[in-house]
Amino acid sequence: MTSIEAQGDKHRAERQAEAHGDQHDDGHDHGSVRSYLTGFVLSVILTAIPFAIVMAGGFESRFLTAAVVVGMAIVQILVHMVYFLHMNTRSDEGWTMMALIFTVVILVIVLSGSLWVMYNMNTNMMPQMNHEALGLGS
Amino acid sequence: MSTVTQAAPGDFWEVEPHHHHEGASTSIGFWIYLMSDCLMFAVLFAVFGVLGGSYAAGPGPKDLFDLELVALNTAFLLLSSITYGFAMLAMVKENTRGTLMWLGITLVFGLLFLAVEIYEFNHLIHLGAGPQRSAFLSAFFALVGTHGLHVAFGCLWLVTLMIQIRQRGLIPANRRRLACLSMFWHFLDVIWIGVFTFVYLLGMI
Amino acid sequence: MAVPSDIQTTFLLGRLDWNAIPQDPIVWATGVVVAIGGAGLLWMLHKYRLWSYLWHEWFTTVDHKKIGIMYVVLALIMFVRGFADAIMMRLQQAIAFGGSEGYLNAHHYDQIFSAHGVIMIFFVAMPFVTGLMNYVVPLQIGARDVSFPFLNNLSFWMTVGGAVLVMMSLFVGEFAQTGWLAFPPLSGIGYSPYVGVDYYIWGLQVAGVGTTLSGINLLVTIIKMRAPGMTMMRMPIFTWTSLCTNILIVASFPVLTATLVLLTLDRYVGTNFFTNDLGGNAMMYVNLIWIWGHPEVYILILPLFGVYSEVVATFTGKRLFGYTSMVYATVCITILSYLVWLHHFFTMGSGASVNSFFGITTMIISVPTGAKIFNWLFTMYRSRIRFELPMMWTIAFMLTFVIGGMTGVLLAVPPADFVLHNSLFLVAHFHNVIIGGVLFGLFAAVYYWWPKAFGFRLDPWWGKVSFWFWVVGFWVAFAPLYILGLMGVTRRVRVFDDPSLQIWFVIAAFGAVLIAIGIAAMFIQFGVSIARRDQLRDETGDPWDGRTLEWATSSPPPAYNFAFTPVSHGLDTWWDMKRYGQTRPRAAYVPIHMPKNTGTGVIVAGLSTICGFALVWYIWWLAALSFAGIVIASILHTFNYARDYHIPAEEVRATEDARDRQLASAGV
Repeated sequence: MTSIEAQGDKHRAERQAEAHGDQHDDGHDHGSVRSYLTGFVLSVILTAIPFAIVMAGGFESRFLTAAVVVGMAIVQILVHMVYFLHMNTRSDEGWTMMALIFTVVILVIVLSGSLWVMYNMNTNMMPQMNHEALGLGS
Repeated sequence: MSTVTQAAPGDFWEVEPHHHHEGASTSIGFWIYLMSDCLMFAVLFAVFGVLGGSYAAGPGPKDLFDLELVALNTAFLLLSSITYGFAMLAMVKENTRGTLMWLGITLVFGLLFLAVEIYEFNHLIHLGAGPQRSAFLSAFFALVGTHGLHVAFGCLWLVTLMIQIRQRGLIPANRRRLACLSMFWHFLDVIWIGVFTFVYLLGMI
Repeated sequence: MAVPSDIQTTFLLGRLDWNAIPQDPIVWATGVVVAIGGAGLLWMLHKYRLWSYLWHEWFTTVDHKKIGIMYVVLALIMFVRGFADAIMMRLQQAIAFGGSEGYLNAHHYDQIFSAHGVIMIFFVAMPFVTGLMNYVVPLQIGARDVSFPFLNNLSFWMTVGGAVLVMMSLFVGEFAQTGWLAFPPLSGIGYSPYVGVDYYIWGLQVAGVGTTLSGINLLVTIIKMRAPGMTMMRMPIFTWTSLCTNILIVASFPVLTATLVLLTLDRYVGTNFFTNDLGGNAMMYVNLIWIWGHPEVYILILPLFGVYSEVVATFTGKRLFGYTSMVYATVCITILSYLVWLHHFFTMGSGASVNSFFGITTMIISVPTGAKIFNWLFTMYRSRIRFELPMMWTIAFMLTFVIGGMTGVLLAVPPADFVLHNSLFLVAHFHNVIIGGVLFGLFAAVYYWWPKAFGFRLDPWWGKVSFWFWVVGFWVAFAPLYILGLMGVTRRVRVFDDPSLQIWFVIAAFGAVLIAIGIAAMFIQFGVSIARRDQLRDETGDPWDGRTLEWATSSPPPAYNFAFTPVSHGLDTWWDMKRYGQTRPRAAYVPIHMPKNTGTGVIVAGLSTICGFALVWYIWWLAALSFAGIVIASILHTFNYARDYHIPAEEVRATEDARDRQLASAGV
């Protein structure tokens, strides 16, 4: 059998497999009561802790408080992605995950780029503005 | 690519008809829309990041925000997320009544969230801390307000979908729509995590 | 500052009154010409009873081919408007010397250069590129339509809506006088209190929705609808570049939308994002708009890189040299295009570290672009090149674009940019790459795919006339601007004091006249070709001996594109099919499942346009009403579940039999 026929056969086999598993094998899973509850409990914890820390006045070091709060947020976003949005590398042949990764890259570029660029400009062109931004009095 | 050596002429065409799985593109299409929406929020977050310290001698976060209210709102949104999840599980089990019930509960939480947010905005404006007061407040209202508008739109969609499910049941088209709205609803949750962390919590430290 | 309270408004018409009609004989004359032309057109449509045909066959269509053609028609109409602006500017600058004020006052001149930029980018280049992708991509991947046919129709009409708003500003009110990106604080309500900037904002927002939706649509189409066997690395290169373009659209237009929303809030609500007081920061707008603006440049050029690749491979009769490197170069450009935006504002004072970072990334991006040029050259090397019109435009592109690219790398060096920023050197540079890259590519694409779309070729003689006037005209028009820029002349200037500059502006104006002749020749060519269509007929569906799947079907293709889905076994599927003597299958035809036409797109886009107009003029009741209309129409659309139909098997058979007879008569 020439390679092109082999390809054709493989292809037909794939088609048939698709036709049979049509309904459920689309790579999307809808989760279960258990997974939703796990996600919910995790996100309640991850919400409650930062709120509690900040409402109690935070740690000695403002930086540490901020780091903990942001860290929790990142973990919670991951929890939501996994348990509620059912992100995985399989759905739509991985394109869902690919789109997400690309978006995160652009998001980081937009956010960090803007902050970096504007911070630099403010220090160079309007030094007085940063005092206010840093809470050093206006 | 150079494996083509010899081909039976029929192999270049798919003669047996196959049905394109209907709506197979919907979920990835909607996901990509959400990604673009996400970048719109990225801009609003970037604006808040840059202008969030420009109080213009006006009130700052500590003068304005009430964390208990924010916690309440966060709870509403989190609860609505899990109730939507239960609606999806009921849908998988072909349970129309259950789906509708959970969607109804989700809608209530969504509306409660909106009510609290409207109360908060109203309160701030009455304090003289409206969006015109300073760049910080402009950025705050734009970011939180855009999220709120998304929730409002989600509620409208939810009502529409409930009517459609009541009319036609859980037909494949409606199941696809439910799955899209599910993504939308949980996506708004993720955005809200960013909002309460970067706007409220970090502002209050 | 919010909406100024001293503006006279009425409940019924907002701030719209008789003063909105511009007091300018040039505008009146244009208005009269447009009115007569428009009335004539309407009369013709009525006389030949074309309304029903247009509505049922074109306006409500969801066929990607017809939508693609409508996009290109829109782009050509807007191109004429944009070029009229250009020639007015050239004339003004050529005569406004030695105390002469020229013939345009400042208010009018500032609107013209703003409108020229906005129209050429948003309503010529964008719809042209989108139209091409719409027409060609589904055919190239062996699909019957795009993933979301209704959205495709809606996207097109939203683009039209934006164009209508911008055109309306010519006769009712004014357009922005802020340049094509409307930087605040100039575009703020304090310095631009009247409707110009509002027309700009709402025109772009309405069209922007269309662009984003069409980006999502084509992206998903390429991801999900490829013919069996067509893996990513077997996709035609134009499809690859379209994929990257649509990724860029989806990931950058939201930034534009959000930025314009913030500017809108500043103007309508009185927020302080980009104002001078209460903590606002105008440079944040510049930063954000260029985060969109730079990817936009690549949105425009990438698909044309694809066109050049297809054209070079076809007219040399060879496989594209370095297909894989071409793909990787395209992907690299896609990512890098997000890392260079600051080079548009080196002079805003970011400091050495920021400027050098963005200077270096800008220089890096020229590497993959250079790789592409070499790939095309190596494809042409030692091949028998057929100098048909598409190939001529490709060669003109390579010569022109490389110069434009080199001046771009010059500008990427921050110290050089401090000298050349905002000068005519910059203007010459970006026209050099946009005309030499995007426009030449669009012309190559039109000549290349016209036979596919209409079933006959374009007349080559008029095409060559157009080609030579265009290419020579381009250089005569823009080379002087490089020189003027190096002499320190800034852009957007209306009158000049230094008489020694005049000669260069006169030469540039002469170049614009040459280009005008080139454009005229092109329209004559369309007319001549339509008249001589029987001699120019393409019976084979494959007039150029093409390589990709769009040439595997008839010209023009049937509504369903392919009666049977093609199967790909490698790159250049149609080439393989010809090489291995494929035969068109004669198996039993089956009914083909297709989407139904719908008028919802026209209605929603029409309401959006009305909403935009109402917001421009502060007619709040109309804005609220039309917005509610948009929401209701959209919701009602979702209650329609019967959106498809089947083309009966007999009809498919009849079409395919006709195709057989056609092929037999062509001797294939």
